[in-house]
Amino acid sequence: MSLIGSSVKRVEDKRFLTGKGRYTDDIKLPNMTHVAFVRCPNAHATINNIDASKASEMDGVIAIYTGADTAEVNGVPCGWQVNFKNGDTMKEPKHPLLAHGKVLHTGEAVAMVVAETLAQAKDAVEAVRVDYGVLPAVTDAKAARVDGAPIVHDDAPGNLVFDWELGNPIADVDAAIANAHHVTKLDFVNQRVVPNAMEPRSAIGHYDDALDKYTLYTSSQNPHLTRLLLCAFVLGIPEHKVRVVAPDVGGGFGSKIFHYTEEALVIWASKKINRPIKWTADRSESFLTDAHGRDHNTVAEMAFDEAGNVLALRVKTYANLGAYLSTFAPAVPTYLHGTLLQGLYTTPLINVHVDAVFTNTCAVDAYRGAGRPEATYLLERLMDTAALEMKMDPAELRFKNFIPAFDGVEQAGYQTQVALQYDSGNYEPVLRRALEMVGYEDFRAKQKEASSNGKLLGIGFSTYIEACGIAPSAVVGSLGARAGLFESAQVRVQPTGKVSVYSGSHSHGQGHETTFAQIVADRFGIPMEDVDIVHGDSDAVAFGMGTYGSRSLAVGGSAIVKSMDKVLEKGAKVAAHLLEANVDDLDFAEGKWTVKGTDKSVAFGDVSLTAYVPHNYPEGLEPGLDFSSFYDPTNFTYPFGAHVAIVEIDKETGKVSLKRFISVDDVGNVINPMIVDGQIHGGVAQGVGQALHEGTIYDESGQLINASYMDYVMPRADDFPSFEVDRTVTPCPHNPLGVKGAGEAGTIGSTPAVMNAVMDALSPYGIHDVSMPVKSEDVWNIIHSNS
Amino acid sequence: MKTNVKITVNGTVYEREIEPRMLLVYFLREELHLTGTHIGCDTSSCGACTVHLDGKALKSCSMLAVQANGMSVTTIEGMANGEMHPLQKGFHEEHGLQCGFCTPGMIMTAADLLASNPNPTEHEIRESLEGNLCRCTGYHNIVKSIQHAAKEMQS
Ligand code: FES
Ligand code: FES
Repeated sequence: MSLIGSSVKRVEDKRFLTGKGRYTDDIKLPNMTHVAFVRCPNAHATINNIDASKASEMDGVIAIYTGADTAEVNGVPCGWQVNFKNGDTMKEPKHPLLAHGKVLHTGEAVAMVVAETLAQAKDAVEAVRVDYGVLPAVTDAKAARVDGAPIVHDDAPGNLVFDWELGNPIADVDAAIANAHHVTKLDFVNQRVVPNAMEPRSAIGHYDDALDKYTLYTSSQNPHLTRLLLCAFVLGIPEHKVRVVAPDVGGGFGSKIFHYTEEALVIWASKKINRPIKWTADRSESFLTDAHGRDHNTVAEMAFDEAGNVLALRVKTYANLGAYLSTFAPAVPTYLHGTLLQGLYTTPLINVHVDAVFTNTCAVDAYRGAGRPEATYLLERLMDTAALEMKMDPAELRFKNFIPAFDGVEQAGYQTQVALQYDSGNYEPVLRRALEMVGYEDFRAKQKEASSNGKLLGIGFSTYIEACGIAPSAVVGSLGARAGLFESAQVRVQPTGKVSVYSGSHSHGQGHETTFAQIVADRFGIPMEDVDIVHGDSDAVAFGMGTYGSRSLAVGGSAIVKSMDKVLEKGAKVAAHLLEANVDDLDFAEGKWTVKGTDKSVAFGDVSLTAYVPHNYPEGLEPGLDFSSFYDPTNFTYPFGAHVAIVEIDKETGKVSLKRFISVDDVGNVINPMIVDGQIHGGVAQGVGQALHEGTIYDESGQLINASYMDYVMPRADDFPSFEVDRTVTPCPHNPLGVKGAGEAGTIGSTPAVMNAVMDALSPYGIHDVSMPVKSEDVWNIIHSNS
Repeated sequence: MKTNVKITVNGTVYEREIEPRMLLVYFLREELHLTGTHIGCDTSSCGACTVHLDGKALKSCSMLAVQANGMSVTTIEGMANGEMHPLQKGFHEEHGLQCGFCTPGMIMTAADLLASNPNPTEHEIRESLEGNLCRCTGYHNIVKSIQHAAKEMQS
């Protein structure tokens, strides 16, 4: 049986199930020291004085560093440059390793205490006296653009990082909207959420003076890029002198893509004290310093003709990027958001305008979905709202506007109004299937019945598309990426025919050790046990661009395929020699090369042994069977799907409960359905979390007042029903596996589906929008102020 | 100022001299190098640190090591007894883990549930996990994993 498409149980499970996982904080190096940071309690303040004299005398304290010590060191860089509409370079103030002179957000580190034990470091942190001059703060992107708002960086007037526009000329869009039969308008906040990987960030810096080499262990999705940024941009250390290891990583969801100040600091300070240094965030530090997600303030208008055809879309967004630019921050509200506003619809005119804004808050960057959830949210909320306003069925309105099917092979890809060319798509079947699963016909009857029992039932839809498999290097380069977004993979066939694969992708829950091994075992016709996947170590893996943007299988997997092609091509030459046949006369199947039409064959393991013991060997052929490849995709991939949510509202309490969640996703070909389903489940839970539970609360002074699990509502097991998941398969036409990526789909589709369901339930009250996360109190007020 | 404790962990008696303010979870991780018990928060809210104390599930960040003096602790490292515990098997079979960070705590909590309620409903399972956060799985397969284990333990 083919391993492709089979729910093989995960090979990585055992170590996690027995407590033998090895996360960064589990690593103990001899002579290791510990770090705790003095973090600023104010959102915006001058640092008038730091007195560490008492702290430095305390037991176990080895060193205390402040911004004055790191002033000469470069800041952490931003990896993506988006320019102003007029061509000016975006504002990119230094992001210092330790605040110097001024702090710009609550939780910014002002001093670093290194001590023998963590407890001693924490004790000393308490004894560091900092004299702050508190300044007025601004935390909201729209408010930060108003004249007279506090200025975050003196060299960014109006707090503008850049302004940006994409799509059709605004005059054409304005005209279409002005003349339309119907315009649906939403003015809303896509609130800021905290990624909350369950493993807090952690970093160990180890300078080895005997070798003059550094090792950084870090909870990262992206070890090679971290090395590049750390070496070439921050500390100026030669790259070959630094090894970055991202061992087992307890979830990332985007927040561990980026290069953080703490990683540079533990490396920098480790050389100073010539001992290893460990830092692990406690959860409050994670809340205050892990890059956050979303935070868009948006006005979106969609124009329709009388029959319900979409005529135009106009979007104006204020995107909050926080106090400093995180690694990919500028790309998120622009090339990952504006470019997705075609959605699944034939909208002929689209214009999007974005103000990217500095505020006195934690940095905002890619969080599961990154820009695509924000795009999908506004499109799908507009769709259901328009259906309500125009008294049309929301499913029918979508069917009417879907882009017709195209496979990207016989029919060309679909060119959108917002720069992208979709690879392949067939959108009607996902929604048809979802309607069938939910029993749409019966639902409206049940809804009436519930209403007479003190409950409100609501159904919500969302049909989404995303751009994944990030990304063709030249394309993203032209859009401002300061890196290529290819992937590397080395396939090393050992003499005995066992295979080690070195992948530049990084697994932090995605199960690469299983999925990648399935691909290799299937192709080579060998047992999965004979394949080992190595990742997350820059000394072992040639290079890597890491895991995010649902790219690992589409890009990283394709790099593995390229290397396997090379192995088989060379292997065939060895086999032909051994079989005394022509290469063209050989077939490779089930782990052996066979001379066509005969029973003469030679096994994979015999060929590999011959390649390493080349006594009887083709003339001129190099020994060995070990190939590296770099795969640079030719396009993004475009997964899509339909999500349907059913919610129930208790009229007495206003409480919203998610009753059912149906998702039908098309992620192209599927290697391991069990793992893909798991990705969907987790993604859906995060998207539902944004709709019903999660959201940061910054107060006027810039305090993040819900920076703990006591205050920030994380979705728990009893907030969900079991999910109902199905899929269609529209292969990606441009990568060898035909895969599109599954990591973000659930998050992208689910938030608007749930919100649409809430609005459907509340439709008897004439309300068209409530803010996220939905609060019982708001719902109760809607119900009770109207009745 | 240090104090002596004697705590049995996974059947072995350990005597250590520790600071009285040391939490049980640090005792396990730092003193005994049992790093399967994780720390996910600082407010006793996430359950990543769940162990068994004298047979009952407990968040090991919510008590001092000295309070466990003379008591018996089981951690995830002590769950497999020659072969994998039915819960460990269940999580493997039903893909109840992704990054694995919450997994030890989930298994320890679920073991406590199944000890008192061998045949829980989906609703009971979800309620019993109220103190354990998972960010990866959406809990869907964790519920199935526990059901899988319950079935195996009954047969
Ligand atoms: S670490 Fe104990 S509950 Fe979170
Ligand atoms: S498996 Fe990652 S937090 Fe649960």
